[in-house]
Amino acid sequence: MSQLLQHLINGLAAGTIYALVALGYTMVYGVLKLINFAHGDVMMVGVYMGYATAFALGRQAQHSLWGVVLIFAVAMVGCALLGFLIERFAYRPLREKPRLTALITAIGISFALSYGFQLDIGFLPGASPRAFPEVITPSEWFIVGDRDVVVWNWQVISFLIAVGLMAGLQFLVYRTRFGKAMRAVSFDHRTAALMGIPTDRIIALTFMLSSALAAGAGLLYAIKDTSVSPLMGLYVGLKAFVAAVIGGIGNVPGAVVGALLLGLVEEFVVGYAASTWRDAVAFGFLILVLLVKPGGLFGRVAAEKV
Amino acid sequence: MAVPGATTLSDETVGRVPPALRGLLPVLIAAPVLALAEVLLGASPFATYLLSVVGVNIILAVSLNIVNGMTGQFSIGHAGFMAVGAYIAGVTSLSLKEVALSFLPVAASDQVLFTVALLTGGVAAALCGFLVGLPSLRLRGDYLAIVTLGFGEIIRVVVQNTEAFGRALGLSGIPQYSSVAMVYFWVFLVVLVARRIAGSSHGRSLWAIREDEVAAEAMGVDTTGYKVRAFVISSFFAGIAGGLFAHFVPIINPGSFTFVKSMEIVVMVVLGGLGSTTGAIIAAIFLTLLPEGLRSLFGALGAEGSLAQKVDQIRMPVYGLLLVVLMLARPQGLFGTKELWDVVPRWLPRKKKGMS
Repeated sequence: MSQLLQHLINGLAAGTIYALVALGYTMVYGVLKLINFAHGDVMMVGVYMGYATAFALGRQAQHSLWGVVLIFAVAMVGCALLGFLIERFAYRPLREKPRLTALITAIGISFALSYGFQLDIGFLPGASPRAFPEVITPSEWFIVGDRDVVVWNWQVISFLIAVGLMAGLQFLVYRTRFGKAMRAVSFDHRTAALMGIPTDRIIALTFMLSSALAAGAGLLYAIKDTSVSPLMGLYVGLKAFVAAVIGGIGNVPGAVVGALLLGLVEEFVVGYAASTWRDAVAFGFLILVLLVKPGGLFGRVAAEKV
Repeated sequence: MAVPGATTLSDETVGRVPPALRGLLPVLIAAPVLALAEVLLGASPFATYLLSVVGVNIILAVSLNIVNGMTGQFSIGHAGFMAVGAYIAGVTSLSLKEVALSFLPVAASDQVLFTVALLTGGVAAALCGFLVGLPSLRLRGDYLAIVTLGFGEIIRVVVQNTEAFGRALGLSGIPQYSSVAMVYFWVFLVVLVARRIAGSSHGRSLWAIREDEVAAEAMGVDTTGYKVRAFVISSFFAGIAGGLFAHFVPIINPGSFTFVKSMEIVVMVVLGGLGSTTGAIIAAIFLTLLPEGLRSLFGALGAEGSLAQKVDQIRMPVYGLLLVVLMLARPQGLFGTKELWDVVPRWLPRKKKGMS
């Protein structure tokens, strides 16, 4: 029983981080109908920015609250800029082209980033994984019984940060002018432009927002995993993407539910079966969901018009 | 072609060959060339290896082109089918290692067994292609791409966890039956099949699906059936390519069939032009030989060994940027949907419009 509870907690903690990355996919897909394959790699770049900041602030020293805030701020702002550049120079020129061209471009950017960061030329970090500094010193917060169930402080902190960011996003999308514009662009970007909405600016801002979210999520992931490598973006990004599709891509609550489900499924596979099967089960779960509900759990399949 | 009075020079030339021989003509030309290559290369293992890799990549690119280019179903898990073919053919060969057909000389018997192993791998891959093709019943576009990607990853994990496939260590000791002649026989076959499909009514249906799936369906094209068949044919040849690969490298392991390998093949197809068999072949040759060329160039320039080693590191980011630049500058790829005979200079004898 306590083992089950522990797996539940771990699964939820993993799921919240997936959820944050998945929200980025969902936002961009909602506005542009583009699977931003490079999202996970933007996240990876953000993690490296945070890593560099943490080292600039002092090597293994315990970081103060403001230090942690600064690390997150640098990574998130840096990634927002990166997201802007990618959108401006790689996706915007292709906006009126078939969707497949943009998808291929996204895959290209993903490869350029993840393998570009593996080079050890100049300031690039090289292929080997690095240990992420202890930004938040791990400690056990709640212990039930004789260490039957352990909740770590970073699990609680990332859960709170994740929930906070999600609530903020929900507020932004449904309660602000910007969110209204976003939804309008998502519905029909040409008509939105006719109505005086600056579509280019809205799409660029959406990209920046989703990239900043990715950076935040990536840092939480790095704190949990304590290691960073150039390939982490490919795999975390894929998982988050799977989560977004399971929930129905383009749907904000769907992404969160899908991510939590995926986190739980993975945790149970690792806990009760073998950890080597984790990736296969994640994709198997995705294929199963898509076969039963092709639009994802919360998605709607739009009837195609001729 | 049937326009009266418009008989072209090439029609006349072809007309002189007896009809029964027409289909065999490419074989009659290719067989001596291959035999010559086999003899000339006997002394150089590296050239043999390189030619084999090029051949395998051509098979992969041309077969992926049937799904990605002709049918417009963006599949990014081709390495998965290759893995199925490689492992199944490898295991078959390993279990047949001690068997020999007594009524044949050893070399011939080996080749027969090799063919059996290859076909087993190909059929296994084709079955997997059928399984992947089925969801395309309900999924399209981006979603299908993700399912193929997931399928490729699932195969990798399954292989990594199966005792019979050597787990993460891989399969070694597969007899090295593969030869340049064998590889290029299959290259010839896959190109022939791809071209025959493109010209047939079957191929016209695939093109229709690629251009507008809804309209194709409205015109009475059985879209699901054609898509599944395209997947089956394509994955069969990917399996064959895997089998050939398994029989000339010393060891196959799950690391050879990752997402990265799939993307390499996608880059070949996109660079050549989605839908152009010529483009797929040329891009496969170019992209396979480019790293080797750069490596020997750096070596010849006397650059420190490190630079030559970096070629492999630089390859993947360059592939990524190449995709981006291609999409921005020339989204149809080098050849678009054209074939060799559409782009050769006008003064060369060739057919007028229409499929060959």
